[in-house]
Amino acid sequence: MAFSRIAMPTLSVLAAVVLAVGFYLAFFVSPEDYQQGQTVKIMYVHVPSAWLAMMGYGFIALSSFGLLVFRHPLADVSAKAAVPIGAAFTFLALVTGSLWGKPMWGTYWVWDARLTSVLILFFLYLGLMALRSSMDDEVTAGKLTAILALVGVVILPFIKISVEGLTIPWLGIEIPSWNTLHQPSSVLRAGGPKIHPSILIPLLVNALGFTLLFFAMHLKSMRNEILRRRVRALTMAEVQRAQAFEAEILAE
Amino acid sequence: MTGFVAILGRDLRLALRDGGAMGTALGFYLIVVSMMPLAVGPDLKMLSRIAAGVLWIALLLSALLSLGRIFETDFEDGSLDIIAGCGLPLELVVAAKSLVHWLTTGIPLALAAPILGLLLNFDLSATPFLVATMLVGTVAISFLGAIAAALTLRARKSGVLVAVMVLPLYVPTLIYGITAISIALTPPGSPWPSFLLLSAISLASVVLGPLAAAAALRYQVQ
Amino acid sequence: MDLGKHAVFIWASYAVVGVVVSSLIAWLIVEGRRYARQLRELEARGVRRRSQKENAE
Repeated sequence: MAFSRIAMPTLSVLAAVVLAVGFYLAFFVSPEDYQQGQTVKIMYVHVPSAWLAMMGYGFIALSSFGLLVFRHPLADVSAKAAVPIGAAFTFLALVTGSLWGKPMWGTYWVWDARLTSVLILFFLYLGLMALRSSMDDEVTAGKLTAILALVGVVILPFIKISVEGLTIPWLGIEIPSWNTLHQPSSVLRAGGPKIHPSILIPLLVNALGFTLLFFAMHLKSMRNEILRRRVRALTMAEVQRAQAFEAEILAE
Repeated sequence: MTGFVAILGRDLRLALRDGGAMGTALGFYLIVVSMMPLAVGPDLKMLSRIAAGVLWIALLLSALLSLGRIFETDFEDGSLDIIAGCGLPLELVVAAKSLVHWLTTGIPLALAAPILGLLLNFDLSATPFLVATMLVGTVAISFLGAIAAALTLRARKSGVLVAVMVLPLYVPTLIYGITAISIALTPPGSPWPSFLLLSAISLASVVLGPLAAAAALRYQVQ
Repeated sequence: MDLGKHAVFIWASYAVVGVVVSSLIAWLIVEGRRYARQLRELEARGVRRRSQKENAE
């Protein structure tokens, strides 16, 4: 807790500063993309959100591993705290992706391979949240959610491969992406501009800023969870004391 | 090994005695497939284009219905505690139960698919691939489904929860199953690479499923 | 600032990011205050965890 007392405010301030710089770069410095015009600016929030959606899940898997294998006392708190934040960024990736897609492709939702795998990632987050809230026993719920997170992280690469395809030329591997198999006539270009330095720098700055924001929120969420557990433990102790007192009185 | 066979035999006998489960799954399969043309229209050309997809999705949903049963009855009457303590590794117990699920749900659904394909004007020349991909794919459905079943033993509203948890895990199986059939229907191209990927995923699930499900059971069974 | 003919999509994207992130931060702050307050109230009533009680006695 002491660590987070210093770390969280520092991270928050850092995140705010970096994001301020990032947004300034995005709106005042970044040029138009010659293909997409100004809508490339959406990329500065979409790509970091998608990156955090993935990183968030990986972080949850890591925490879950720490819980099940090393029984680290904070691992369950870390995993539980990260889920809503990761899910929020996944949601943002989907919404900004959809808003980016409308001017680019004409419709609000397109089964672009990468957007589709983010949608499935969102379902994985929903599964974690649903499982944890389905059980009253918090300890068991934590352990079972950890198993689900690990299963998810093992299957996630295969989901991404089956939806987005995989090309490793020097190994001779070429797995086509799922949507090209069904629509050979209208080839959906894997949307994404060619990364030019004047676009890359704002992108990286925003990505860094959002990542710092993620961890700042995560630390705060962990603190809240620890406080919640303390309140719960004290409340239960109070109830037990009252019950013991009552029993004493009745015995006399 | 004898323990594995013993559980296999016991669960098979129980499942076959309670034939209602298989019937429900097949009945649900039939109903969902039949409702599709009601929803999308009876244009035969369009139906035959989506037939493989519809057959696969309906299969997934039907198999999903029966996943809860893999551990539920044993958990409720306490036999799961006894089985877990009897010396046979829990992973093998789970594997036996998953195998039974495949034998009593996956295989019947896979074999019923071409018949239901008639309702959707499915191009029957691809029937061997339809049945083959489904027979292989349902292995993944049973073994991965067992993970969801094991995780939701103590959960409230476990039926819907199982579906939410497990459907993302089925995405690779679904995609490669459909791809193999699509390519078989519209050459050029060989359906074998997709089929091999499908098989690889099913094989991996035979290992991953029991590992994860047994770990989950251990936290819930004394 | 001329953001081209698709300006509304750009504003909408940044707006939705702003709304979601602010809501998250607000939720975190509100919950934090709530639990801190509950903890203060419990400790004021003299409630101790079993382990603390044993140490005190």
